[in-house]
Amino acid sequence: MDFLSYLISGISLGSIYAIIALGYTMVYGIAKMLNFAHGDVIMVGGYMSFMATTHFGWPPLLSVLFAMAVCTLLGIVIEQLAYKPLRSAPALAVLITAIGVSYFLQNAALLIWSANPKSFSSVVFLEALRLFDGRLIISGTTIVTIIVCLVIILILNTIVNKTKVGRAMRAVSEDKDAAQLMGVNVNKTISITFAIGSALAAIAGVLLCSAYPILMPTTGAMPGIKAFTAAVFGGIGSIPGAFLGGILLGIIEILGKAYISTQLSDAIVFAVLIIILLVKPTGLLGKKVLVKV
Amino acid sequence: MLNVNGLQVFYGNIHAIKDVSFYVEEGEIVTLIGANGAGKSTILNTISGLIRPTVGTIEFLGQSILNLSPHKVVRKRLVQCPEGRRLFLQMSVKENLEMGAYTREENDIEAEMADVYRRFPILDERRNQLAGSLSGGEQQMLAMGRAMMAKPTLLMLDEPSMGLAPLLVEQIFELIVELNDSGTTILLVEQNAQMALSIADRGYVLETGSIVTTGNCADLLNDEELRKAYLGG
Ligand SMILES: Nc1ncnc2c1ncn2[C@@H]1O[C@H](COP(=O)(O)OP(=O)(O)OP(=O)(O)O)[C@@H](O)[C@H]1O
Ligand SMILES: [Mg+2]
Repeated sequence: MDFLSYLISGISLGSIYAIIALGYTMVYGIAKMLNFAHGDVIMVGGYMSFMATTHFGWPPLLSVLFAMAVCTLLGIVIEQLAYKPLRSAPALAVLITAIGVSYFLQNAALLIWSANPKSFSSVVFLEALRLFDGRLIISGTTIVTIIVCLVIILILNTIVNKTKVGRAMRAVSEDKDAAQLMGVNVNKTISITFAIGSALAAIAGVLLCSAYPILMPTTGAMPGIKAFTAAVFGGIGSIPGAFLGGILLGIIEILGKAYISTQLSDAIVFAVLIIILLVKPTGLLGKKVLVKV
Repeated sequence: MLNVNGLQVFYGNIHAIKDVSFYVEEGEIVTLIGANGAGKSTILNTISGLIRPTVGTIEFLGQSILNLSPHKVVRKRLVQCPEGRRLFLQMSVKENLEMGAYTREENDIEAEMADVYRRFPILDERRNQLAGSLSGGEQQMLAMGRAMMAKPTLLMLDEPSMGLAPLLVEQIFELIVELNDSGTTILLVEQNAQMALSIADRGYVLETGSIVTTGNCADLLNDEELRKAYLGG
């Protein structure tokens, strides 16, 4: 029964990683850059929801929507100000800029909300589920997190595969110039991608703080790196890969904590990543591009 | 219809296009021929807005399109079918055609879709297959079909015969003539000078970034020097 309980916690944590990883992977797939500030957008989402509930006294759902709106805007602004001018710059310059944006967000948060941790009250008010005569208890937050993740992946899948915007995204991802020759506005498509990724980061932030209720300016940093790992693990650029990578990473982390060592759980996570990449350099679901002459 | 004047293009300090001027009139097939590296693709990409020229003017239907982004050029129905096809290999045949019609209303493209499938029944059969799984010839048909979906007023084709078997080259050139007959103006870039000159009205010969000869195709086909250089004697 313990194992099952750990497994479910792992899936729940993995769902949060998956939601964050989706943002990483979409931005990478379409703008061909690693947005290392993505993790810190999660933190901003957390604070926004916190402010909305504690200071403005808004209901939880409204606070989530507020966090999403602010983060969406933040994502678009970051892209316009920091990344767009570097569209044809070397990848290293973009990477360093992204790290700079990350530090900027953390320090801005430090200035506004100070280093004192805020205790976040969960936005989920669902009763815990008791199974097997109460031997297995699944918290409401866990249930909601998993369901939200599934809903997000379904919506995203529909957008990417069934809509015109999604087609444009895939076209830009595969061949930016050819996409432009079809009439796709690449800048707009990249903006939309950042908007979606940042809205997802806000949701992840709220869920993360609901499960681990300590909110600090560095709250997003570690989950951000883990989710990036998850995206690489699943095959960066691949949406199903981000989902699979996130869930697996969550499970490995929780099981590692439970059965091997609490201190070593992060090391285990990264060791698994290294092994997977040695065996399959493109990640679990990363694909080789087929080219025919 | 299309007027290019005094065009100069640099890649860093490589002077790729040196003062090129030419025009295309409505209803014509005009061909731009030249050896590898002459600058043919550079000219098309500059017209499409993918590359910015250092000097020069480009007018389409009386308006300057010099500073338009590529996606805005396409909206003027000035469409390029790029070199090497550049299909979206991880999308299905149907999705590639839909991408071709990106600038148009989605519920307005059925007629062209049907027309493409009628011309290329193989594409109809494979409509749900990934473009990357098609043969080279089928991919060229799809590239042509995708360009047709945009309903171009002026269609620029960059080496549509590249790497194709002779029979298929014939078929592609027949299609170009048919498209022209039904009202599409064509700017055709080719290395296959013989074929290109046989269907075009006028031609320009490009050598290392400059136009060296121009004229009616009949005259160009009889030009002694041209025969030696491009038509194999
Ligand atoms: N991105 C680039 N950077 C630097 N130089 C380039 C670039 N693209 C083309 N060139 C150079 O510009 C010149 C013209 O190239 P272009 O591709 O326009 O020739 P082309 O006539 O289309 O040749 P081909 O028949 O081989 O397609 C060549 O000397 C080429 O090396
Ligand atoms: Mg070329």
